[in-house]
Amino acid sequence: MTVKSTTRARKKAAPGVPDKTSAGSAAPELVQLLTPEGDRVEHPDFPLTVTPEELRALYRDLVLVRRFDAEATSLQRQGELGLWASLLGQEAAQVGSGRAMRPGDYAFPTYREHGVAWCRDVDPLNLLGMFRGVNNGGWDPNEKNFHLYTIVIGAQTLHATGYAMGITKDGADDAVIAYFGDGASSQGDVNEAFTFASVYNSPVVFFCQNNQWAISEPTTVQTRIPLFRRASGFGFPGVRVDGNDVLACLAVTRWALDHARTGQGPVLVEAFTYRMGAHTTSDDPTRYRQTEETEAWKAKDPILRLKAHLEKEGLADEAFFAEVEAESEKLGLRVREGVRSMPDPDPTLIFDHVYTEPHPLVDEERAEYEAYAASFEGEQH
Amino acid sequence: MAGQLSIAKALNEALRKSLENDPKTVLMGEDIGKLGGVFRITDGLQKDFGDDRVIDTPLAESGIMGTAIGLALRGYRPVVEIQFDGFVYPAFDQIVSQLAKMHARALGHVKMPVTVRIPFGGGIGAVEHHSESHEAYFAHTAGLRVVSPSNAHDAHWMLRQAIESDDPVIFLEPKRRYWDKGEVGEDPMLPLHSARIVRPGTDATLIAYGPMVKVCQEAAKAAEEDGRRLEVVDLRSLSPIDFITLEESVKRTGRGIVVHEAPVFLGLGAELAARLTERCFYHLEAPILRVGGYHAPYPPSRVEETYLPDLDRVLDAVDRALAY
Ligand SMILES: Cc1ncc(C[n+]2csc(CCOP(=O)(O)OP(=O)(O)O)c2C)c(N)n1
Ligand SMILES: [Mg+2]
Repeated sequence: MTVKSTTRARKKAAPGVPDKTSAGSAAPELVQLLTPEGDRVEHPDFPLTVTPEELRALYRDLVLVRRFDAEATSLQRQGELGLWASLLGQEAAQVGSGRAMRPGDYAFPTYREHGVAWCRDVDPLNLLGMFRGVNNGGWDPNEKNFHLYTIVIGAQTLHATGYAMGITKDGADDAVIAYFGDGASSQGDVNEAFTFASVYNSPVVFFCQNNQWAISEPTTVQTRIPLFRRASGFGFPGVRVDGNDVLACLAVTRWALDHARTGQGPVLVEAFTYRMGAHTTSDDPTRYRQTEETEAWKAKDPILRLKAHLEKEGLADEAFFAEVEAESEKLGLRVREGVRSMPDPDPTLIFDHVYTEPHPLVDEERAEYEAYAASFEGEQH
Repeated sequence: MAGQLSIAKALNEALRKSLENDPKTVLMGEDIGKLGGVFRITDGLQKDFGDDRVIDTPLAESGIMGTAIGLALRGYRPVVEIQFDGFVYPAFDQIVSQLAKMHARALGHVKMPVTVRIPFGGGIGAVEHHSESHEAYFAHTAGLRVVSPSNAHDAHWMLRQAIESDDPVIFLEPKRRYWDKGEVGEDPMLPLHSARIVRPGTDATLIAYGPMVKVCQEAAKAAEEDGRRLEVVDLRSLSPIDFITLEESVKRTGRGIVVHEAPVFLGLGAELAARLTERCFYHLEAPILRVGGYHAPYPPSRVEETYLPDLDRVLDAVDRALAY
């Protein structure tokens, strides 16, 4: 019943919008607007007009995000970070979807959405605190409408759905985007989020970056059908987009967010991409995957294809590319210096913010700790 | 087993032996196949026993636990790996409401020979959810057995005993000690639920398990230089608890100090202190003291050394106990 009426409401509110899940549609299953060779192609359901300026801005985002990520990886190798989860290869999925958001929209990331954070104007150095081990979050989520990183797989999809339910109650036209991975699609939380979002017709876009791997497990361990098709069983549309195509990710996510914000309910976007690096700096992918596979995906690189497009169409000159390169150097330097000068926290931070109001046990333990620490003062330690 | 083995290798060998000895034993978990688990505890086992006995599961802990219960109902003996302590919570309902109660609800007609292996505890500089000590939740749940080895010998034999048990066993692996080496003997030497006095002493009893046993042994060694003889008891089993060994020790020394990484408030130490006080009241020279984590979320890694009990904090408690 609910599914039916949701579908009807959706169709009524958006005449002409095809059911993205309809089998036998003439439109190609994988939405692509920019080929790996850098040629613009059209998709009947997802028209996109972008100015040369916007294209250059997207290119700049992609390059800077990759630079930040590479810098973080090397900072981990130098011992400045305890761990890093690289987004290498997923820049277009993150920048495309991140730039599709409006200022009032809200993002709920996993631990890998550094590119989305960039689009939300979160200082990259803030992201590094958790990986350096100086905090367990490190920013005010409401400042940039970018929630804290969530490590427990899938949990944030429910938070995103609840937040979206609140938007509906407020009568606002904001939308929410919940990021998760192919592995996460198996979690109960994610499936419950789909159910809640569907029955409450909530303005949330479920953005699954299918990077083909959940640590060592290929997607075949998680699913027998393409992930975007799962949406139809829950009663909302699903779209598979070329996750290495920043334009397609932008167009599809913009459509999905508008679909959500105009009262037509949730959408599942599956960004088909690839995790070019290790799962994290602690992982050794040579134990479970072939280098040929990684090599094949290299040819679909999100940055190279946009660069090829800009060059082919004469939309950017040498000076532009040099400028982006210089900016990337500057960002690298800022990140390196910023991390190295991050002070170790005062240990009493352990007792901060456990509760909103004073709590006798926490206060007692803080006092005990302080007295204990003071007993070492003056000692060589 | 010849020579010195790391705890990780001793566990790996225990799983191998269990797979060899009982065709009904199956391993389940995330990344336990080709990768051999993030800590390599299942290294090589899928290659040797096949992917229908060493099973890479979908990424869903409740699913893993729930299906392990189903497999047990069908006569299998599942050994589940939870990747990190902080990721067992999605499976919590299946563990405490289903796994723990099934045998009793079925009036003994079904058994739940399920082992849940969890790398637990901090001290490895990890990001959050990778350093939790949640043993009290499990020990608080009737129907579950809870154990934690501290050395390679116990890691090997206790895991084999846990797998052979027809009750569900929560098997907590001290992850920061995975690479510590030790001799693994030819037989278990102790039943699964017995404690072991790992260092005899006369002045106070340090009670610890898993990762904290080593800290207590080091503390006892340091105390000896000051002329203090501390006894160290490795609890090994957290449910049931071997109170006979503990009572005998504490009565003899007159002082007991429980050390664990988990928060002191309502931690295992609370139960130990209460019971030992009841059993040893007239022999006690001081209240049973507790050293452990604070009533706060596990902190970021750069300050975890403050949160975790160390030699100094243990000796500080010893001073306080002796000052009574
Ligand atoms: C509940 C839970 N179980 C296990 C883990 C350990 N873990 C961290 S990332 C990961 C794989 C996630 O794969 P996917 O959802 O595809 O995201 P990706 O890392 O590929 O971006 C696992 C198993 C976790 N963080 N949370
Ligand atoms: Mg993945």
